[in-house]
Amino acid sequence: MLNYTLRRLLMVLPTLLILVIFAFYLMRLAPGGPFTSERPLPPSVMANVLERYGMDEPLHVQLWTYVKNIVCCFDFGPSFSQKDRTVNDVIAQGFPVTLTYGFWSAVFVLVLGIPLGIIAALRHNGFWDYTMTGLAIFSQIFPNFVLAPLLVLLFTLSWGLLPGGGWNGGQWQYVVMPAIALGTSYMASVARLTRGSMLEVLNSPYIRTARAKGLPERTIIMRHALKPALLPTLTYMGPVFVYMITGSVFVDVFFSTGGIGQDFINGAYSRDYAILLGLAILYAVLTFALTLMVDLLYAWIDPKVRAGLS
Amino acid sequence: MILSAARRRLQSRAFADERAPEMIASRSFWADAGRRFLNNRMAVFSVGMLGLLILFSIFGNLFARWSYEEIDWNVLGRIKEDGGPSLENGHWFGVDELGRDLYARVVQGTRTSLLVGFIAGPVSVMLGAMLGALAGYYGGRLDRTVLAAYTIWLAIPYIIFFVVWQAFFGRSMSQMILVIILVNWTAGLLIVRGQVMMLKNREFVDAARMLGMSDFKIIFRHLAPNVLWVVVIYTSIVIPEVIMMESLVSFLGVGIQEPNTSIGALLSQGAATMTFGTLWQLGFPAAIFVIAQVSLFYIGDGLRDALDPKER
Repeated sequence: MLNYTLRRLLMVLPTLLILVIFAFYLMRLAPGGPFTSERPLPPSVMANVLERYGMDEPLHVQLWTYVKNIVCCFDFGPSFSQKDRTVNDVIAQGFPVTLTYGFWSAVFVLVLGIPLGIIAALRHNGFWDYTMTGLAIFSQIFPNFVLAPLLVLLFTLSWGLLPGGGWNGGQWQYVVMPAIALGTSYMASVARLTRGSMLEVLNSPYIRTARAKGLPERTIIMRHALKPALLPTLTYMGPVFVYMITGSVFVDVFFSTGGIGQDFINGAYSRDYAILLGLAILYAVLTFALTLMVDLLYAWIDPKVRAGLS
Repeated sequence: MILSAARRRLQSRAFADERAPEMIASRSFWADAGRRFLNNRMAVFSVGMLGLLILFSIFGNLFARWSYEEIDWNVLGRIKEDGGPSLENGHWFGVDELGRDLYARVVQGTRTSLLVGFIAGPVSVMLGAMLGALAGYYGGRLDRTVLAAYTIWLAIPYIIFFVVWQAFFGRSMSQMILVIILVNWTAGLLIVRGQVMMLKNREFVDAARMLGMSDFKIIFRHLAPNVLWVVVIYTSIVIPEVIMMESLVSFLGVGIQEPNTSIGALLSQGAATMTFGTLWQLGFPAAIFVIAQVSLFYIGDGLRDALDPKER
């Protein structure tokens, strides 16, 4: 188990390095830069600016300095477009916001999705089952970027219940809509997946045996059916977290939460290499961490996988 | 009473004659699947809806009185009052926030979104399927390399790559299609790889090899037809995903360059102005988006039911 964790962690570094090198050259080889504007700077000023940011050196030297600074001092460099702010500042300010509603969104996905799926399986072809199928189709048609305007239309413009954007230090009213907009479609997928695996487990012979022994239905479900039925859902959580990170870029932009997604898009517009690279690394690390967590949890729960690892 | 009448009909000579041609005719896998698909009413209806949408995107402009980039100065200052859908001034869907005809823009946006979906989706599945087939057929080091690349690629949220690429290399439609293919090359890879690994040990492949066929021929002449059903199902899943992807990045403002537009860009503009009471700017693009997604969903569902052996 420990061995496996270490091996996975060792995989992260080369992957990150590939990502950084790839993104770095991709951005630098494109025409234009952070300091090109409608009115070109005089060549002498341009030279000074480039020197100030260390951009007068050959590309591979710049890349080396960049990587060295991150490894030795956890320094992602200064932002090119926002004066007097470093990338570290931008992350320190925006990341807690994204993480907060992302966390509540994940809670929403799991706490609502899993029970809905279980109920739908227990009431197979009943009211809840059909409601859930409807919800699953609905969420496929209304992805976060269609759902979010609809939510604002209902909760802010029509009923005036919740603020339509902003953050305000993370008061709960400001967290609700971003979390729901981000999570709904994955909540439906989780519910559908849980329903499917639960149905499969409930039809398996050992559940019939448990019924034949005369165990109460409650014990059968809680003690025998639940754990194997949740395994597929757990595997699916890895991709879900990756999708949610993608979705958070949209939610940050749409709800003006001040999270890192907004900085990422602005960075792309203003060709702020430092911010783009820094945030790309952050997104990638976040993805690795969450996927690894899911995989370890899976190994911990499923004895078959655990045996295969050690 | 009724039952015996039915039995008499089933055993009658006339019935046998009537059905004979159909029963004698050979039934290929695809003919079978086609019949199963046609029996699925929702799927057939969805094909019709999608067909209408495609016709709308191609010929819709014939009914437009304005072009998609022309500004109607008569309504510009009073969009909330005069800019709504109307038959008199020829703005069937109203105007957008800049006074441009929304009908013409929706036609143009639908065309963009459908083109991106129907080009980038199939091409990326083909690419993934090809890689998957090669990896599954040859195994060994090639297989390990492809799988490692697949794992790494899936671990990186596509939005990073997408946004950077779009912002730095221009935002034309061909760029968009290219970047979607690059992001999506993993689609269908794993499932085709699995199918090929299973099929390559079957007798007909051994026979082909003993006849001295090249690997290339075995893969494309003997294995490809047998995994085609997987590719078709997967393509039907990927196309709506690609349309959604395109809409998402357009919504974020890094989609196709103005004055060209796409459904996602129109949705984003409509959402930005909905506080001003111009809801038609959100409603029409949203309706088109929903129609496209619903019909593609049911078509995919129908194809899966018709083609997947497990569903039978």
